[in-house]
Amino acid sequence: MAIRVVQRSGPPPAQEKHEKHASVGFYWMIGIILAVITGMEVAIFYIPAIGAALIPILLVLSAAKFMIVVMFFMHLKFDSRIFTAVFMAGITLAVFMVTALIVLYYWIPSTRV
Amino acid sequence: MTIHVSAASQAAHEHHHTATGLPSWKVGFWTFIASECLFFGTLISTYMVYKSSSVQGPFPDEILNIPLTSISTFVLLMSSLAMVLALDGVQRGRRGLTIGWLAAVIVLGAVFLGFQVYEFTHFVGEGLTIQRNVFGSAFFVLTGFHGAHVTGGVIWLTTLLILAIRGKLPPERALAVEIAGLYWHFVDIVWIVIFTLIYLIQ
Repeated sequence: MAIRVVQRSGPPPAQEKHEKHASVGFYWMIGIILAVITGMEVAIFYIPAIGAALIPILLVLSAAKFMIVVMFFMHLKFDSRIFTAVFMAGITLAVFMVTALIVLYYWIPSTRV
Repeated sequence: MTIHVSAASQAAHEHHHTATGLPSWKVGFWTFIASECLFFGTLISTYMVYKSSSVQGPFPDEILNIPLTSISTFVLLMSSLAMVLALDGVQRGRRGLTIGWLAAVIVLGAVFLGFQVYEFTHFVGEGLTIQRNVFGSAFFVLTGFHGAHVTGGVIWLTTLLILAIRGKLPPERALAVEIAGLYWHFVDIVWIVIFTLIYLIQ
């Protein structure tokens, strides 16, 4: 019995489910938003009147850029929730570790070198 | 007897899908990225803890060049845009666009590295070396490891560019570009954090 293999185009079923990526125009818009936020960060850095609000504002803007890249450029917004869970596990541990070390060092004097 | 096999299915078979239906390469790579979060987390926290502990200069506020680093940050962000456009080109089977955008990512990555080499050289000229003080040690280790990651990404993307030029990067192999893209975007988000915590919050 002869077996004939026929090529057929199109993604495999497993990939069809997760490949709802955005358009090129949308990616350009995201790129422009990232550039504008970076410009805002630098501008805010040079405004002395902002004072103590500088650090919270910079952290919020940085977090916004981080989230935009992860959701849209890394496609977590469109992709399987499993990838989001894996990434969030790593980032949560990392944030906890950074926070714990900073708290230990700055709030518990005996840990200072 | 006729068996219908899609080219994409063959590529998917190469990528060994897991029981979840997701490509094992991609699951593995996201796990790697999660571990890299911890790696850079340790370096960033070390910097945050020790940046103010130096007993001799140069100190961060004396030496960090915000305008220069802002430009290099912008360059790296735009390389992420080029990367996602390169992936879009591969997925649509647009070889010209793929080659163009991959080349753009490589050039922008190389420009970023050029800025970093200039910055390191300038700092050494100003007396800040990895052995000079605690700030220098933490700074060079953190940004040096990031630069090494960017260098690895540039080499990886160059191999993909060569494949694309040879016509060996069809839409069925888009996963290879997607995974390289994940790596590149991760390097970008690490820099987003570094730029804010190290350069802007001094």
